[in-house]
Amino acid sequence: MFQERTLDIFVLLILVIVPASAVVTDEPFTITLATRAVIFALAGVGLNLALGQGGLVSFGHAAFFGVGGYAMGILASHAQNYTPIMETPFLIEGTNSMPVIWLVAIVSSGLVALLVGALSLRTSGVYFIMVTLAFGQMFYYFTISWPAYGGEDGLSIYVRNQFPGLNTLDPIQFFGICFALLCIVLFLVDRLNKSPFGLALNGAHQNEERALTVGINVYRLRLVAFVISGAITGLAGALFADLNRFVSPTMFSWQISGEIMIFIILGGVARLFGPVVGAALFILLEHVLGGLSDYWFIYLGVILLAVVLFAKGGIIGKLAKREAGHGQ
Amino acid sequence: MNLLEMKEISASYGASQALFGVDLNIEDGQVVALMGRNGMGKSTTIKVICRLLKHSQGQVQFAGHDIAGLAPHKAAQLGLGLVPEGRRCFTNLSVYENLYASARAGAWDFAAVHDLFPRLAERRDQLAGSLSGGEQQMLAIGRALMTNPRLLILDEATEGLAPVVRQEIWAAIARLKQTGDLAILVVDKTLRELRQVADKVVILERGVSVWHGDMDTLTPEIRDQYLGV
Repeated sequence: MFQERTLDIFVLLILVIVPASAVVTDEPFTITLATRAVIFALAGVGLNLALGQGGLVSFGHAAFFGVGGYAMGILASHAQNYTPIMETPFLIEGTNSMPVIWLVAIVSSGLVALLVGALSLRTSGVYFIMVTLAFGQMFYYFTISWPAYGGEDGLSIYVRNQFPGLNTLDPIQFFGICFALLCIVLFLVDRLNKSPFGLALNGAHQNEERALTVGINVYRLRLVAFVISGAITGLAGALFADLNRFVSPTMFSWQISGEIMIFIILGGVARLFGPVVGAALFILLEHVLGGLSDYWFIYLGVILLAVVLFAKGGIIGKLAKREAGHGQ
Repeated sequence: MNLLEMKEISASYGASQALFGVDLNIEDGQVVALMGRNGMGKSTTIKVICRLLKHSQGQVQFAGHDIAGLAPHKAAQLGLGLVPEGRRCFTNLSVYENLYASARAGAWDFAAVHDLFPRLAERRDQLAGSLSGGEQQMLAIGRALMTNPRLLILDEATEGLAPVVRQEIWAAIARLKQTGDLAILVVDKTLRELRQVADKVVILERGVSVWHGDMDTLTPEIRDQYLGV
């Protein structure tokens, strides 16, 4: 048994050591795998705020992941074709600057989350799951039938977007960018969880009535949490699109929503590093088991079942001391 | 002017009516005991005050506002502090976090709550779920006070607690009364302990407020008629 913080630092160290050693042994594919894990972890950290802290089981976070991805795709495709996004009433041009793309991804997925959340948070339980799933599917079919940006075929971006002072096409440098963003978001989410906002969110998750009677506006609280959650997942979507230099409607598919949820359940619901551990394990399994069989999800299913049955609180919950846990 | 004014309140849970006409007035700084046997509508009355249940008839005013149309959190923000019955705290938050989550600016802060319940200061970083029943009750009262209410509502505050702990809670309520401007509505079954603190009594029977008056005027006959088993 470890202190949860010790375990967290250990996880971060592994995430640094694996790609660093891959640089030494010259295996860029390992670095790409680590980058995928980091980006998925970021998406999971986003969902964990809503699902873990807030108890809002959103089955539609692929919508925000996809909006972030398309924010990158649309901006970068206009930049590479030298065509403006729109000319009237004012000129908006594409860009291949990562910070600008991230900002657009965060804002646009946050706005979508505001819309989805404002409507779906009026329901709860199974209805909430179904309404968020429905929104995710709406985006999926919308992008399939929208020919301007590739429709079903998606959009290819030939050169990775730029970050000042770095060569983003070098795998380890791009990994560094994603890893730094993950660390910043983890730090901010940790602060948020310990603020009155995060505590009230946790309280409302446990007992809505009790939170209302101390004067907490539960609906607004959850909406804000949902927007932040969606914005983080949107940022991850932009990074994911940049990793692949490709966006397609599959980013909106319900399987993505399910996978993000699997990261959290594997790692530990409401644990700060739960989605990080879960995403890393998922990528590892995908690589190892995926090599054995195309149907590796069968094995994943067995592992998921084992975690749910025998490791309440996920892998972190199993390895860390109980006292450290919130949201159990 | 009355801080809380309820007139002819009726309320139902779906098809079954629980309140048939409750009148309840509380003035600033007053301690009122709401009494009655089990199932007579005490908890329902509190739900109506806190807007957790909408009444079907009658009027309810708090601090000069008609609160009939307000959402529960809005009513709480006007200055209603509820200490609910049953399991009372956010169990997976620490003592400090429970208090911090509900804090609103005012005279009641960490120092004041710790002064009232020194045990909460000792248990500051412990998870609320691992506290004893009495300590959880102290925390629930502390949490309500941190919202700086004008009316503190204690629903069965000492039910199921050990006699020593009960005394501690009652002593704290007596201290709260002495501080002056906080009005308190207490629901409890033990008259002996209520006598120490309550100024006025309202008795409910079958969803109707059947008797109200000063604590001193509550005769043994009235007690036997409405409260005896």
